[in-house]
Amino acid sequence: MATYNTNEFRGGLKIMLDGDPYSIIENEFVKPGKGQAFNRVKVRNLKTGRVIEKTFRSGESVEAADVMDLSLQYLYNDGEYWHFMDPDSFEQYQASKTAVGDTINWIKEQDLCSVTLWNGQPLSVEAPNFVTLKIVETDPGLKGDTSGGGGKPATLETGAVVRVPLFVQIEEVIKVDTRTGEYVSRAKDE
Amino acid sequence: MSDWRPCASLELLRDRAEALAAIRHFFSERQVLEVDTPALASAANPDVSIESIAATAGSHTAPLFLQTSPEFFMKRLLCAGSGPIYQLCHVFRNDEQGRNHNPEFTMLEWYRTGFDMFALIEEVEALISLLIPAIDAPATRISYHALFEQTTGLDPGSASRADIRALAAELGIVLPSNHPDEGLVEMIFNIATASWMKEQRAVVVHHFPASQASLAMLSPDDPELALRFEYYVDGLELANGFQELADPHEQKRRFESDNARRRERGAQTMPIDEHFLAALDHGLPACSGVAAGIDRILMIRNRQPDIASVMAFPFPRV
Repeated sequence: MATYNTNEFRGGLKIMLDGDPYSIIENEFVKPGKGQAFNRVKVRNLKTGRVIEKTFRSGESVEAADVMDLSLQYLYNDGEYWHFMDPDSFEQYQASKTAVGDTINWIKEQDLCSVTLWNGQPLSVEAPNFVTLKIVETDPGLKGDTSGGGGKPATLETGAVVRVPLFVQIEEVIKVDTRTGEYVSRAKDE
Repeated sequence: MSDWRPCASLELLRDRAEALAAIRHFFSERQVLEVDTPALASAANPDVSIESIAATAGSHTAPLFLQTSPEFFMKRLLCAGSGPIYQLCHVFRNDEQGRNHNPEFTMLEWYRTGFDMFALIEEVEALISLLIPAIDAPATRISYHALFEQTTGLDPGSASRADIRALAAELGIVLPSNHPDEGLVEMIFNIATASWMKEQRAVVVHHFPASQASLAMLSPDDPELALRFEYYVDGLELANGFQELADPHEQKRRFESDNARRRERGAQTMPIDEHFLAALDHGLPACSGVAAGIDRILMIRNRQPDIASVMAFPFPRV
């Protein structure tokens, strides 16, 4: 069992607490002039996303979480699981609905996603910051309107709905920021 | 390589020089003698929570230790009849690095013969208000027990081990795997009082539990309490003081019990300072002493977010 000593604590380190994997966000070393030294850490539960504070006596060892981030290609959804593949090793992984979360609104087949694995199983899936998706439904806008003022809802091929400028039409491909869910631009032909 | 430059701005380095001059003036006016004692010595403080840095020098076969505080040397001077003394020096503590810690830092330590703990607290307040003019009111004074009880609902002297553990868990303390109860009360105290401390600006906590006596004498009225105090600003510990233990037998017993705890933990034991014990045998005048962290005082004086901002060359720029 791999462990980390408190003096190895730093942001990004993955540790096990009460059976769940956590990522350290912040580590502060505290030492009274004459007294017990300790480490106060802010940690994020990688299953729930909840952030909590914990305190360790300095010098203690904590179990390391077998967590790694991989860049995986999204293959398909079989109705229950979302399947991903490592483009280098061709190894495949299946992610549950909980692991995929809101990311399903943004990804289409072939997209590369950052997948966090815990003990070899996908724990969470992150969409790329920017994705290009086709509009499958939106009201026809006024011809010649290029101001973009106002905007209108548009449904994308993944089912997500974003606000787009009036001049953007059905069948067009647009670039979206997945962190904010906002339209960025029309996708340029590449 | 761009980190050859000092970390603190030149303006803050000038401010440091001014603060040091003000401290020297403060003590000179009060007829407290400045002294200068070695940083490197053959003995070290065996306190389990203080780690000395060992060094080798010339033909010495035994290791030497960078001093974690000038306390033993200064007490030898007091025993030799120096009268009130102060020192500004660098001290060293292994494994202490963080926002408020650097392994080498500047300490101001002073001793007042004939002062009891509360007389010395008043002098600490006078010096702090001189160095940090924003602190213009006397500190809130509270005993360790009262503060512990006020913030946790438990009396640290009588609470059961189970209650202490339950409280620790509530505060998010992960119970250590071995000697789980060791240091638990101290960690609880620090975490539970943090937000109250920050609301108060300046706080003096006095009368610590005897288990945290360190080099303080026990209260003649209640042997469960040590005549020790700490001075905090915005929750940051700036100074730690004692009405000093003068009994050589009790002092030797504490050193030996510290080393026994080190052995228990598999840590290296420290050579006991026999010169210091011999000096106590000769006789330490009744006195109180305090050590203050100059870098931290400068942090607050200049509203800096971390200790590195007020140091010319903090770790790892050395």
